[in-house]
Amino acid sequence: MKKEPVKVKEAPVEIRVGNFEEVVAGYSEQEALREASRCLQCKNPFCISGCPVGIDIKKFIYHITQKDYRSAYFTIRGKNNFPSICGRVCPAEYQCRKACVLTAKGEPFASDESINIHLLERFSGDYGKENNLDTPGQKEAKFSNLRVAVVGSGPAGLCCAGELARKGAKVDIFESLHKTGGVLRYGIPPFRLPWDILDFEINCLKKLGVNFITNFLVGKAMTIKELFAQGYSRIFLGLGAGVPSFLGVKGENLANIYSANEFLTRVNLMSAYKFPEFHTPVNIGKDVLIIGGGNTAMDAARVALRLQKIKGLALNTTVIYRRTDIEMPARRMEIEHARQEGVKFEFLAQPKEFIESDQGGVGKLICLRSKLGKPDSSGRRRPINIEGSEFELNCDLCVIAAGLKANQVLIKETPELKTDANSDVIVNPENMESSIKGVYAGGDIVGGEGTVIEAMGMAKKAACAILDNS
Amino acid sequence: MKILSKEVIANYAGARIIKLSVFAPEISLKARAGNFVVVMVNEKGERIPLTIVDADSKAGSITLIFQEAGLTTRILGALDAGDKLYALSGPLGHATEIKNYGKVILVGGGVGIAEILPVARALKEAGLPAGQAGNHITAILGSRNKGMLILEAELKSASDQLYIMTDDGSYGLRGFTTDILKELLSKDKYDLIYSVGPIPMMKKVTEIAAEYKVKTLVSLNALMVDATGMCGCCRVSIFGEVKFSCVDGPEFDGSGVDWAELEKRNKAYSIQEKHICNLSRYIKP
Repeated sequence: MKKEPVKVKEAPVEIRVGNFEEVVAGYSEQEALREASRCLQCKNPFCISGCPVGIDIKKFIYHITQKDYRSAYFTIRGKNNFPSICGRVCPAEYQCRKACVLTAKGEPFASDESINIHLLERFSGDYGKENNLDTPGQKEAKFSNLRVAVVGSGPAGLCCAGELARKGAKVDIFESLHKTGGVLRYGIPPFRLPWDILDFEINCLKKLGVNFITNFLVGKAMTIKELFAQGYSRIFLGLGAGVPSFLGVKGENLANIYSANEFLTRVNLMSAYKFPEFHTPVNIGKDVLIIGGGNTAMDAARVALRLQKIKGLALNTTVIYRRTDIEMPARRMEIEHARQEGVKFEFLAQPKEFIESDQGGVGKLICLRSKLGKPDSSGRRRPINIEGSEFELNCDLCVIAAGLKANQVLIKETPELKTDANSDVIVNPENMESSIKGVYAGGDIVGGEGTVIEAMGMAKKAACAILDNS
Repeated sequence: MKILSKEVIANYAGARIIKLSVFAPEISLKARAGNFVVVMVNEKGERIPLTIVDADSKAGSITLIFQEAGLTTRILGALDAGDKLYALSGPLGHATEIKNYGKVILVGGGVGIAEILPVARALKEAGLPAGQAGNHITAILGSRNKGMLILEAELKSASDQLYIMTDDGSYGLRGFTTDILKELLSKDKYDLIYSVGPIPMMKKVTEIAAEYKVKTLVSLNALMVDATGMCGCCRVSIFGEVKFSCVDGPEFDGSGVDWAELEKRNKAYSIQEKHICNLSRYIKP
């Protein structure tokens, strides 16, 4: 008899839109066992090729079926340092689950029948966390004099630091903000990635001897050259892509038009949803529009809903996207969560101009209707604006989630660091070394906006290269 | 991040301007005129930008000057020597381009006077080539009244000419900084104007300077969050182009600034500010 996929428990919609607590509960042991038992243990598993870091998925799921959760955890840890994080934020439906043999051929993303690999990964990761299974590392004497400066404490920086520290290198992580975690802290809301998960991973690194230096903007407080002069023999740049893109339309600088980064940073990093206990304010509106179709747009929309709920306003948040549902790059799960919570969608709409209200902030958004043409370089059908199709939407608060570009502060202060047309750092793909000898880079600063797991893959490669050459 | 010393440099009818010296060795080494820092007073605090007024790399300290206005500056004002700031990051923003311009007028209004001081000092010392005198500095200081005037002695020694204007005539000349600016420009030729203060003042200074075709640099006080180019809260329109004050500024050519837009963006949280200021009376003075 065919086994049905095991549904994961989620916080009830009416409760969760009023708080920032985690929405997905995760599998219980019994649920994990049932889901793991659905895995066909294919002779030639496709799922592994769908994982950007090549986790032995077949093997870790097998360990779960044998109730050997410890081995499941360490199997994942062999390739991925942060299973609890990736099990929560990885876009599995575009990666391993899409490759799973149970996904119907030709589907744009994973079928529901595919194994819930991400939930099993999360289960294993959380098991490791609860049982303090963090790998102690095998410190090697030859690395005891290796001092590495890691710039940025996001996914790439954390991963690289962990890899190096486990081998005995002395690692200092420099973070410009007052809290560590990078985009995992300021960008991803706690209802998707709770802070205790992130804090646990950071504490593990501290126990390994990694030293975190916050409030330190490399490039301004110290240059690359000066870091070398301080005695670091290698530097890893995990600067991230944090510069928000705007739309370039009229009225875009009106008050109450936010970049997603600003909106999310105020709420996540600065806890603006607890104003005035926390002193950073954030505004919310009656008619909130979110521009974009990626994960950041979904996060912003769900944050906006929660702020409306907390303020006692009617839930009225609409995502504006120029293509249709199927082309949205966001995780299917997050689109679904957003829908369940009450986020509305306006597809085939292209913002044209923001109109000011009587109060001096944004009041309306004029959009053009679009239709889909032939596929573009991204493989998705290109939106084409229909002339004369303008329509108006009420909008007293808007969040623009139209993509992010590479952080520029350090790059501008380091002319010898070669960058490409997108201002991303150019590296040798073999070892992630930049145009400056001894300076490596990984994560979004190299590939542009990517996933947490891709950033970790690059960071790991860089760490290996650093160790090989030391 | 430890506060080394604290001095109330103006105190008039409950309004205070405070000078703090803060231990920040790395920042003190790098700070240049025009740079700023981001400060958090405690773990629940806002991130606010403050200009680095002075830096002493030997003592490892920087000087910050602010007027108590909102909650954050009131909490900051209630701290004493020995207390620690929760977060301090910098130096941020572009430094002022220091070179020999010739004759320069610096216009500071209110607590903006503190922000023109490091620029006045740097420009005065900019003697090119060696042995020659630096820029000829005229400083115009504007204040509500005598009690709120700050840094008169410091700017006197950093300038060749000093004018003081008060709104009520209680000290110096009665009137606005722009009155004397107009007079100076009509009589003599100047090469650069540098202005920091309330938006209406900077706007007026720029307009007057434009009549006399003198370039004006202004340092904008846009709201910020991360202040490292990641949020766009501080975005301003300069000659129709979007710039981030934190990483592209905070100094811009005043003639390109969309002042109305900046004023509106800066008022985005006026309701919350009012609310939270009501709470701030619970802070110990």
